[in-house]
Amino acid sequence: MTETTANLADDKAGGKRRLPLSVLPIIELAMLALLLLYPILITYLTAEGETLDFNNYFVVRVTSIILLAMLAVSFDLCWGYSGIMSFGQALFFGIGGYFVAKLSEETGTTSLLVIVPAGMLVGLLSALFVGWFLLISKRTPTIIFVALGTLTASFAAERLVAGWQWVGAGNGMSIWDFATIFGTELEPGIGFYYLAVAFLLIAYLASRYLVRSQFGLALAGIRQNEHRLAFLGYRLQAFKLIVFSFAGLIAGWAGAIYAFHEGFVGPSTVGVTTSTYAVLYGLFGGVGTLIGPVIGAGVIEGLTVILSDNETLKAYWPIALGAVMLVVVAYQPTGLVGLLVSQRERFGSFGVRQGGKSSGTDDTGKATGND
Amino acid sequence: MTEPLLKVSGLGKVFGTLRALNGVDVAVHANTFHGLIGPNGSGKSTLLKAIAGDHFADEGEVSFAGEDVTTMSPAERSRRGLSLKFQITAILPELTVYDNLLLALQAHQSLWGLLLSRSRQRLDAEVMDMLAQFRLTGKAHSLAGEMSHGEQQWLEIAMALALKPKLLLLDEPTGGMSPEERRVTGELLEPIRDYCALVIVEHDLDFIKDICDNLTVLDQGQVLDDGTVAEIEGSTKVQEVYTTRV
Repeated sequence: MTETTANLADDKAGGKRRLPLSVLPIIELAMLALLLLYPILITYLTAEGETLDFNNYFVVRVTSIILLAMLAVSFDLCWGYSGIMSFGQALFFGIGGYFVAKLSEETGTTSLLVIVPAGMLVGLLSALFVGWFLLISKRTPTIIFVALGTLTASFAAERLVAGWQWVGAGNGMSIWDFATIFGTELEPGIGFYYLAVAFLLIAYLASRYLVRSQFGLALAGIRQNEHRLAFLGYRLQAFKLIVFSFAGLIAGWAGAIYAFHEGFVGPSTVGVTTSTYAVLYGLFGGVGTLIGPVIGAGVIEGLTVILSDNETLKAYWPIALGAVMLVVVAYQPTGLVGLLVSQRERFGSFGVRQGGKSSGTDDTGKATGND
Repeated sequence: MTEPLLKVSGLGKVFGTLRALNGVDVAVHANTFHGLIGPNGSGKSTLLKAIAGDHFADEGEVSFAGEDVTTMSPAERSRRGLSLKFQITAILPELTVYDNLLLALQAHQSLWGLLLSRSRQRLDAEVMDMLAQFRLTGKAHSLAGEMSHGEQQWLEIAMALALKPKLLLLDEPTGGMSPEERRVTGELLEPIRDYCALVIVEHDLDFIKDICDNLTVLDQGQVLDDGTVAEIEGSTKVQEVYTTRV
């Protein structure tokens, strides 16, 4: 009862309109359902004859996409939520991959219980290192400075590994063993697929928790008006460095698993191409929503898989992708998800009363209850 | 008399060839309202910004609560209890009124506490109190940018007061307000005298005379006169400047 009264009060006392319907959770749940059902659907749809192969090509390819979606989420934390234009997000993805490849080559370690924390740690530390240079200064660094700095770091890393024999130079490194979990070998296929979904889900929920916490409220303030937040007493650099490092952790984690899934890690994984794709996933799907970049990765990479059958289309695909991106940046800066989700919902709300969980019989509640 | 809360001594600021401030002295005591007046370009806003730390003075000192804050960053000053309300409202238009205030109230929480949203429940009551105090309860869930100009100014003042500063700097709080909104603003400010001193830059002399205890009159970057409201009203120096130029 009290809840209804309070909501009524808000509407009458000047709120004028009801809190709009939340679209994001619906999109998120739909995406989760799609990810969970996909292997079963695609296997039945593409089945030839009597036998069902759940470890088929389409399941394996989409596993890679899911790991790239983790990279996209990590980019969104930087650009969509903290205003850090990271044009080098693949740096942390690739470093995670290279590190576990080398680790497995030297020590024979294939256990995910080692691989996952190792990838996370390397991603975190390298992001902390890069972030320290780019984000910590007395004056707030400009977006261009950070974009060029991250881009340069990614480019430099690509050139470095491409010329370094110890990590396979231009040929990259192959990982001959499958990843293992509790002694069981994990081949690319349906098992690996659901593991990747679980990893994406965990990374996604952790990010979602972060951006909706009181910490996330400060981030929302920072991306609107940094100057004002500094006057309120917020230490902007600390906030940015934390998000950047956490995004590095997710990228390193995804990169480590990606390397084991592909059985290979090469210079392009750490470099500008992969970094640019992370930006494209984000901008295409819609930054500042978390789910947008996941969808962006799915659509862009999904189309790449579908078109790879057709030689003619395959050749023109990068050009078409470029053109589509130009259109998105110019006319739909909030991306695909921005078509469905209002600006207000994108920014969200952070108080205890704002999810409709009003605890209140406050003054207005009583006053307007009468009219 | 006791040591003033804010003491500005010999402050100078040069922009290119313009001497915006030249040897300015101002003293503001705790729990008093202090007005800065003067013609356009007399250096009022420059002085206010130098006190807040928005830019640094070229010469002279600013001391606050017995501490030299001349070279401190705005965030450091804010943490010591010195708060600024901007001339142009700097609320966050895409966030709700509630979230704007929560943002101001949680500013000094630890990073860890913010990550775990530890104070969200506790601060809820404080947010609602302040909203009630500034007559914004009904707007709690509206976007800040969608309110009227006057309401945005009140939200801005509420945000500046959220952390219970010892001194609040107000840069033209009633700019663009209707007479009714100005009256309400005066009423809203009166109760804060209990815990906070105020420095106001304002064009509306009637408003200033109503709420301030002391005035400093600036002209061409220098202090022309200072004293209580009654003293300034009787000052011939001030009348000359205002009658010949305004």
